[in-house]
This record gives sequence, C-alpha cells and structure tokens, in this order.
Amino acid sequence: MSGIIEGETGSWEMVIGLEVHAQVTANSKLFSGAPITFGGEPNTQVSLVDAAMPGMLPVLNEYCVEQAIRTGLGLGAQINRLSVFERKNYFYPDLPQGYQISQYAHPIVGKGEIEIDLPDGTVKSIGVTRLHLEQDAGKSLHDQHASKTFVDLNRSGQALMEIVSEPDMRSADEAAAYVRKLRTILRYLGTCDGNMDEGSMRCDVNLSMRRPGEPFGTRCEIKNVNSIRYIQAAIEYEARRQVDVLEEGGKIAQETRLWDTRQHVTRSMRSKEEAFDYRYFPDPDLLPLELDEQVIERVKNSLPELPDAKKKRFIGDYGLSPYDAGVLVAEQTRAEFYERVLAGKRDPKITANLLITELLGGLNKGGHDIDDSPISADALGELIDLLADNTISGRIAKDVFAEMFATGKGAAAIVQEKGLRQVTDTGAIDAVIDAVIAKNQDKLAEYRSGKDKLFGFFVGQVMKESGGKANPALVNQALKAKLAG
Amino acid sequence: MSLDAAAVARIARLARIRLTDEEKTNLAAELSQVMSWVDELQSVDTEGVEPLTSVVGARLKTRADVVTLDVTRDDILANATDPVAGFFTVPKVVE
Amino acid sequence: MSLTHLTIAESVKQLESGSISSAELTEAHIRAMEGARALNAFIVETPDLAMDQARAVDARRGKGERGVLEGVPLAIKDLFCTKGVQTTAGSKILEGFIPHYESTVTANLWRDGAVMLGKANLDEFAMGSSNMTSAYGPVESPWKRQGDNRPLVPGGSSGGSAAAVSARLAPGATGTDTGGSIRQPAAFCGIVGIKPTYGRCSRWGTIAFASSLDQAGAFARTVEDSAIMLGSMAGYDPKDSTSIDLPVPNYRASLGRSVKGLRIGIPKEYRVDGMSGEIDKLWRQGEAWFRDAGAEIVEISLPHTRYALATYYIVAPAECSSNLARYDGVRYGLRMPGKDLTELYEATRAQGFGAEVKRRILIGTYVLSAGYFDAYYIKAQKVRALIARDFSDAFKSCDLILTPTAPSAAFALGEKTEDPIAMYLNDVFTVPASLAGLPGISVPAGLDSGGLPLGLQLIGRPFDEETVFAGAAALEKAAAFKAVPQIMAA
Repeated sequence: MSGIIEGETGSWEMVIGLEVHAQVTANSKLFSGAPITFGGEPNTQVSLVDAAMPGMLPVLNEYCVEQAIRTGLGLGAQINRLSVFERKNYFYPDLPQGYQISQYAHPIVGKGEIEIDLPDGTVKSIGVTRLHLEQDAGKSLHDQHASKTFVDLNRSGQALMEIVSEPDMRSADEAAAYVRKLRTILRYLGTCDGNMDEGSMRCDVNLSMRRPGEPFGTRCEIKNVNSIRYIQAAIEYEARRQVDVLEEGGKIAQETRLWDTRQHVTRSMRSKEEAFDYRYFPDPDLLPLELDEQVIERVKNSLPELPDAKKKRFIGDYGLSPYDAGVLVAEQTRAEFYERVLAGKRDPKITANLLITELLGGLNKGGHDIDDSPISADALGELIDLLADNTISGRIAKDVFAEMFATGKGAAAIVQEKGLRQVTDTGAIDAVIDAVIAKNQDKLAEYRSGKDKLFGFFVGQVMKESGGKANPALVNQALKAKLAG
Repeated sequence: MSLDAAAVARIARLARIRLTDEEKTNLAAELSQVMSWVDELQSVDTEGVEPLTSVVGARLKTRADVVTLDVTRDDILANATDPVAGFFTVPKVVE
Repeated sequence: MSLTHLTIAESVKQLESGSISSAELTEAHIRAMEGARALNAFIVETPDLAMDQARAVDARRGKGERGVLEGVPLAIKDLFCTKGVQTTAGSKILEGFIPHYESTVTANLWRDGAVMLGKANLDEFAMGSSNMTSAYGPVESPWKRQGDNRPLVPGGSSGGSAAAVSARLAPGATGTDTGGSIRQPAAFCGIVGIKPTYGRCSRWGTIAFASSLDQAGAFARTVEDSAIMLGSMAGYDPKDSTSIDLPVPNYRASLGRSVKGLRIGIPKEYRVDGMSGEIDKLWRQGEAWFRDAGAEIVEISLPHTRYALATYYIVAPAECSSNLARYDGVRYGLRMPGKDLTELYEATRAQGFGAEVKRRILIGTYVLSAGYFDAYYIKAQKVRALIARDFSDAFKSCDLILTPTAPSAAFALGEKTEDPIAMYLNDVFTVPASLAGLPGISVPAGLDSGGLPLGLQLIGRPFDEETVFAGAAALEKAAAFKAVPQIMAA
C-alpha cells in the first residue's frame, strides 16, 4: 500500500522514521552483574546498582559493547572509536537513579543502512542515523491495584541498543519491511532475539505528512506499538489524523502520542505535555569509552554471513528465485537447515521447493518455524534422495512426507512399510494400461474421436489401479502410445 | 545572571522539590547572587580548551559479562515504604 | 598516658605487645564519646558493635596476621554505608536507612582489624564548611577562643570526624573531601587531615555528592597516623570505574624521607587581598621551616586560581543535582504522603532536604538546563581543565605546593550565615586541588591570636602521596604543634 493519502486539497505523503530499542543479548546488565532472564519474579534480578542505592556506581559490561560493535558492523555502519556515556535526567518510578545512563552527543555507532524488500519485489535502502547503548528502565504496572502503581526493577539497567533510522520510509509497508529486516539482521548477529512479544525489541514511530517533494512537516512520536501489525495500523491512523488536521488548515502539534491497543487510535500523552529538559551531561562516574582496534577487528572477522549476502548467494549459486531465497534467509536457522539438507549433493531447487512448500508450510500452520521441525535435515535429505533416484514419484513423496511429519519416521522406512516403491517396470505398466483400456472402451472411442481431455481420466485410472505407484512419466509415455492406437 | 521567582519555580519543578512562595522569592535572590558570582567565569579565555572529561586520565575499565548478584529481593526491599507482593509501590500513575 | 591520648601508632604497638587490650582501648573511647555528647560529634554511637569487634580482635590475638589497624577504634563519617548500621548522610531523607552493604573503604578498615565507635556527624550530604547544615544538629568544636565561651564550628563537611579526633574521642576518623571537607576541618580543629589523589580510594558505598570531586580520606592527630589510615583505606576497586589500578605504597615508610633538595612551590595567587595577617605570617613561617630543613622555596604561578571557586560552585552542584535525584521516597528513605506521584516526590524532597542541599540542587539543575549548559557547565569544565593545567605546569618546577589551608581560624556557630557565598569562601585554598584531583594534606602549624588552630596545606603530584607525607612530616616536626582543645577526653 502506498503512503500517499489523497486529501481534498491534494496529495499528502507519509514521512516515517523509526526508533528501535533492542535488548542486547547478554548474560548480565549493562552496568551491573544482575541477570536478565525474561519473566522472573519481581525484583529478584535487581542489584544494589540497579536499585540506585546510596553510593552505588556503574561498571560497563564489555560484552554489551561488543554486541553494539557487532550490530554496527552488521548495519554497515561507522564504528566510533570514542563515545561518551551521558546522563538523561528525569523522574519516574521505574527509573531508580532519577537518570538513565545513555549516549547523546557521542554514540558508539554512526551512520549505516538497511536494505528492505518491498512487496513488489523491489529493494529500497533505508538510512540508519546512529546506534547507541543505554540502560533500560524497570516496569511500572498500573493495573494491579486500585490506587497504587507497582514497580518491578528486574528490567532496570538491562542493556539496550537504540537504533535510529533516517526519515526515509514513505509507507506503512516500508516501515514494516524495515522492522522485519532489522529484526532478521539482529537475530543473525545474535545481538538481540527480536522478540516483540516479550518486549526485547520495541519501536517508536515518528511520522509527519508533507506535500510530495516539499520540506518535512511537524512530526509526532507514537509509542506503545509493540507489534508489526500495530506499527502499520498506528501509521495508517496517525497519517489520516494528521491529514485531517492539515486539510482543515490546522497545525500539527509536535507531541508524543500513545497507540491505544483497544481503540486503535493514537492519543496525546498527558504526562508529556511539558517539554522535557533532560539536562544531558557526561556521566562523571564513567570515563569516555575508547574502543580497541583489535576488538573491532575480531568482531568483524567473527561476523556471520548476513541475510542480503546469503540471499544473493542462494540466487546465484543455487538458481533459486528471489522469493524462495528470501523465504529461506528470513531466518538464519532456515537457511542453515536448507544447506544441511543440500549437503553439497542434492538438487537445490527440489530441496527448496520441498522445504518451503511442505515443511515450512506444515510448520507455519501450527505457528512454528524450523526449530520445531519433527523432521531432521538428514531425514529430509533421505526423502529427496529417494525422489532423485526414482524410487518414488513426486506424488508419493508428498504422502511419505506427510507420514514423516506426523510420525517422525524415516522416508525409506515408510516406503518400505507401505510398499510405496514406484513401479517403473514398463511391462507392468503396460499391463495396467491394457486392463484400464479394456474396461473403458467407450471412453477410448470418445478419446480417439477427439476428446483429448479424457487423457487425464485414463491417467487417473492407471494411477488408481497401480495404487499410485506407477511412474507418471512412463505412464504418460505408454498411455499416449496405446491410446493413439 | 538574575533569576526571578518564576524561574526558580521552573527549576524546582524539574528538580521535584516543592517550595513555598516565600522560599521561591528568597531563593531567587540567593541564586541570583550565586549566579552573578559564578558569572565571572565568562571573562576567562577558554579558546581552544577542551572541557575536562576526567581528572583520572585512565581508560574506562570494563567487566566481563558474568552474572554476579549477591543481594536478595529482601535486601532490595528492606528499606522501602509500603512494598507489596515483592513490588515497590507508589501512588497510581495515570499515563 | 590516658588511653584516649594514644596515637594510632602507639595504640597498635601496645595492642601488639599485649600491654593493652582492644576491649580496654575501645571502652575508654566509648566513655569519652559518651562524655562529650554536648559536641554532637556523632549521629549514632555503636558501642555494642565496637565492643564485639574489640573482643573479637582480642580473641584472635596471636593467631594469624595482625591488620595495620588491629583493635583501633575509629569514628566513621556518616557518609560511608555501613552494613546493618544507620547511614544518613546527615540528612532527614535517609533517617532510618540501614544499608545491607558495606562501603569498600570501611570494608578495608574492618579487614585491617579496626573497630567502629560510631557514625560521625557531617554537613548534610557533605555540602558545607561548618557542619551547621546537618539535619541532626550542628557539631561544636572542642576548641574555644581565649576568653570567649561561644561555641565554634569544627569546619565541614566532616565536622563530626574532626571534632571527635581533636577531642580525643577517637584516635582516627574517616572523612570525605570534595572541595576541602577534610582539610579545612582538620585546620580548624588542629589535627591532620589527608585527602588523597582522586581515584586513590574507592567511592563504592560512599554516598555521592559530586562524583568527579569526592574522595575519601582520613583524620588523625599525627601525620604518621594519617599515613597508616590511608594505607588501609586506599586501593583499587573494580566496582568503581573511577578507581585507579595502582598498588598502594607503604606510606609510613615515606615519612622518614628527607626534604633536602625538595622544591616547595609558593603560589603567588594564593596571597589574596585582605588576607589575614596571621595566616600570611604562618605561611611564611612554613616557608622558613622548609628552608631550614634544606628544601628549596620556589615562587610559582597558578594563574586561574581566582576562578576556582566559581568553577567548583558550578560543577559540584551540577553533579549533585543528578546524584541526589535518587532520593525520591520510592525505594528507601523518607516518604511523605502525596495524592499522586508528583506530590510524593515534591513533598518528600522538600521535607527531606535542608536549605543548603536544596540551594545546590537548584543551582545544579539550572546550570545543566537547556540554554545554560554551554555557558555554565561546559565553560566551567573548560576552566577546570585550565586549573588542572596550571598545576601540572607548576609541578615542572616544584615537587610540593605550600599554602594556608583556610582563610581564617574557626568562626562561631551561627556566623557567616548571612549569605551562602560568605560560607563558600572558606574553601578558597582547598578547592583548586580538588578540581585538579590532586592529593592535599593539612598539618596543624600554629595558633591565631585567639588561641585557635591554623593549618598549612601541602599539595602534591597525582599519586605522589609519599612526597606529600614526607613534606607533612617535616612540617609537623618543625611546627611542633602541642596545643590541645579546651574540651577533651581525660
């Protein structure tokens, strides 16, 4: 869907930027040694530092720095050898220090870019402005008690990477594609698990409307959009809201709005009415962060093949379609599974087809992905081998697959058990064909008098008589000859 | 640099400290005095000088990504007013 | 000699030989502490804990190694978090706060066998030079002006620690120094006070006032004692990112070093207009003492000295405004009722903080706020860089810098309260070294015409406490300061 809205006074174009907060995959927090598993009992993963007890001091987790470097390199971005942690000062119950340790003027990562795949098959480059490290806040629960807000600091102090895009997106689809692609890259890198349900990846949307080709308008920030679906819905709603205001001749107030997940509207946030003065200044409990060239080099050398490169390779080396290659690289585990099945010897296209249509298709129905596959890569490979050496036909292979999926049994075993070997004995095939023709003289006459469509009928009957085991190519060949007379 | 009571009120709001009107007026005078006194810094020539980032002159030390937690929830909540079911509590916040 | 008049060094010797027990020594100081309550030097006395610790020391005599402070009772400034013992920072906002953790500095002292007499009083959140701003009442100096009975201030912010050591309630005490809060009260109380190089002692578990300036240090009645204290307190702490990873030298060993050939710098800018004649005279006397000991006197220039106080009173409040944001009633400390969160915050902090703390938080908030950040905070940090450069340049031509510690002797309780700046001027000689992170010591050098102590300050190169102690020992020897306060344990 395009990002152009036709108003009464003319066209309006969406201008979208995204701020993604990605929780860094690590064992402990950014500045403290407390653990960070999701869903723990409240306040059981809180150190003295996280609770901002008097006299507590931050100490930087070196692995979180590495993860930020890794992510920056994965985004093709500038790694800043010198960066500074600054305090962002404000009061909120889930911000124990009364400030968040973040990076402001000097972030660890500078400009980069992400290539997104649009529904029409084209590719667009979206700029990344910067990435910086910062502390996550705790959680405030407002709905547990009539008159009290409950505060859980388990999340307080966890490392976040804030990834800010350029305002390069022009539609809800582009925004969705960006989030998907960013998520995939982060998962490939192992720097964030991208789990939006658990909040490991959160998005804020910045949206303004403008006449195509004109300068940007005033933007609004939309918070609380915690799924790709909501991001798209919020963009559509907010774009229309802004167009309505602008068409009336009004001005957009620069503000932060909350996405209401029940009413599906954006709402002005009461607490943000006053402009916040965060009084950023370099954190005097820390020193500027200077990166070692060796560390950057080591991380660079340890980068996995990223989705874009892998997709190109699958298309080039395996002759896959961009669509199929795209499906396989969308999750690193899928791509790995695929290449394990290939094992350097199996047909890439047949393998891809089977994997995507049958296996992923079957898994997705139950809401699963390749990690939950009841069929191992080797087992799938075995099935493909039986197909390749003509032991079974394509049609039979589908049945065998279904049995494998349901029972976890091996392909050869199933073929053996159920006697599903393909019949390739031309003599036997001839015999079946003769029997079918003998039983259907009337249809034979009709066929010979021009009803070509009846060929399919004969094929069906032969297959039925042979229990589906006759080799279809040989059947076609022999049937054509015999029917012709 | 002179501050009036309204400026003091704004700063007090940022700092989350309630002040009486009398305090605002008195503080305006006191703070104006202090700010005038520190204003003499404006006459110092700091052309080409970088702000001091640390007296320490060392490199930022980091720690390994290992879990170390030597306090329990009881320690964390021990000095809290009105903890409930393992949570800190405050008057309900309406967003 | 009365047990309360022993130095740390003497106590350690006698404890080691067994001629006194820690229980006796501690008992004597507990009695002294109880008898001097009028000074209000302690916020909390911990006699039971002290006796437990003392008895444990006595029990393990002969078994294993003795710590350098084994069995010695100390006063601990109530800014250090002590596990299981109330820690208030001299503020109502932390009344009743019991930390479940121990500051690294005090943990080091207990590791070395010391005993805790109690938590010493201080200016609220270490902000002040008189100990008049404590929410637990002002501290009275054990000194009195000749022929004048008015109570005097012990100096601040570590007033309680200084008063306790001076009155012989404890042979040693910890303090913290941000702009002079150890050196100035040491001078007012006629005792030794050492502030080491920034990063020498860990700040973990020490309640923060101004992070880039705060430093733990010690009070004692002799330079040797202060060297023993610092040797125990100091050391790298990986839990403090500003802590420096350098081994702690044997400070005691440096005391005997000769000062012959040492170059003593005299900064001409410290000779301020209207300076007290007595202070100037003592300063020149100090020069003479060093000359007599074979040191060389060198005139140096620290051109940006006059901007130091203004720089300090921008940077320190800025940092404190952020450091004190955590005192909001949510997780610990005082909580005032409020119909909503904002009221809770505003009422708690209004009630919990005293006037000086509020003043500094507001100044700090202001200088960091949008529109003023560059003009004030950034500007101040630039001037600070110049002040630090002044010192490093000066140390090319000298090894130690000699200055008065304070512009006057102790003043009366209630004086200098007409405007905040009058109080801030107390720090004029101590603040520059704080801004540059340099080690500084105050040594009692003489008395003013009213019979009140005056101190001389020595400032050294970063991490060169050894030369500072050597110089201080020479000064101590030459000054032969024997005066004692009017209020003193028997």
